[in-house]
Amino acid sequence: MSWPFIIIAVVTLFAAAAAMSWRNLVHCALSLVVALAGLAALYLNLGAQFVGFAQILVYVGAVAILIVFAILLTRSGETPNQAVLAPGWLSGLAVAAVVFAALGWAIWHSAALSPAPAPAPEATVKKIGDVLMTRYVLPLEVIGLLLTSALIGAVIIAMREDAAKTKIENGGLKMERTPAASSTVQPPSSQGGAA
Amino acid sequence: MTPLQGCLLVSALLFAIGLAGAVTRRNAILALVGIELMLNAANLNFIAFWRFGPHPEALTGLMVVIFSIAIAAAEAAVGLALVIAIYRHRKTINLDEIKDLRG
Repeated sequence: MSWPFIIIAVVTLFAAAAAMSWRNLVHCALSLVVALAGLAALYLNLGAQFVGFAQILVYVGAVAILIVFAILLTRSGETPNQAVLAPGWLSGLAVAAVVFAALGWAIWHSAALSPAPAPAPEATVKKIGDVLMTRYVLPLEVIGLLLTSALIGAVIIAMREDAAKTKIENGGLKMERTPAASSTVQPPSSQGGAA
Repeated sequence: MTPLQGCLLVSALLFAIGLAGAVTRRNAILALVGIELMLNAANLNFIAFWRFGPHPEALTGLMVVIFSIAIAAAEAAVGLALVIAIYRHRKTINLDEIKDLRG
């Protein structure tokens, strides 16, 4: 247990707890950014450079922006007046505490966790690229397909319903709509762009 | 406490925080944020087992984390698009008010 690891872990955990407990959603999103950046620092501390930078690019760069966009588009940026917790929040907290207790007990008592510290493994970008192009080439292609379909699906889901209907009717054989009606087609929102 | 145990404890605490937020908050966006935190806790576990495991040269844990990050990004995009569609339909994203499946 080195000191940098402890400091980064404490910052990450406090930021995550703040992201889950503050009332204002914009503050929650900002502390989520701190938590995700702390996780990236943990990956770097553990010697996984590529994953750390991918985490910064994907989570801090894209997912956080996506969440801020969703907060602004649903107009939940201001602090709510009513309670922010669901009625059964006490049992929810109890379930989370029980899960943590079970996991912690298992970690503490496991004999499989070897105490011998291993030398730092070497994971250069060249090695990762080699493995991605040879052994994991099929999952890579599947991931590309999944990302494409998720992008198209997110755009279609977030499109306005009347705009989607107009588009479908215009794309079919019914072309009797006036140009004014078809000009109401809104550009799809920017939700899929960050994936 | 060995470094591996420290990593696993941090990851378990992060998972519990994400779970607590996902099941107790009323806002749909924050439920999604809790799910993201849980996914990240699992990623930290994979990285820790790759770093301190017996065969780090196989890069298995790293690969799983890279694919998991990609899948989590797709999940976030689709989930937030769903939240926006629900908001447009019902003018609220309070999970306690979205109870029935009928539109």
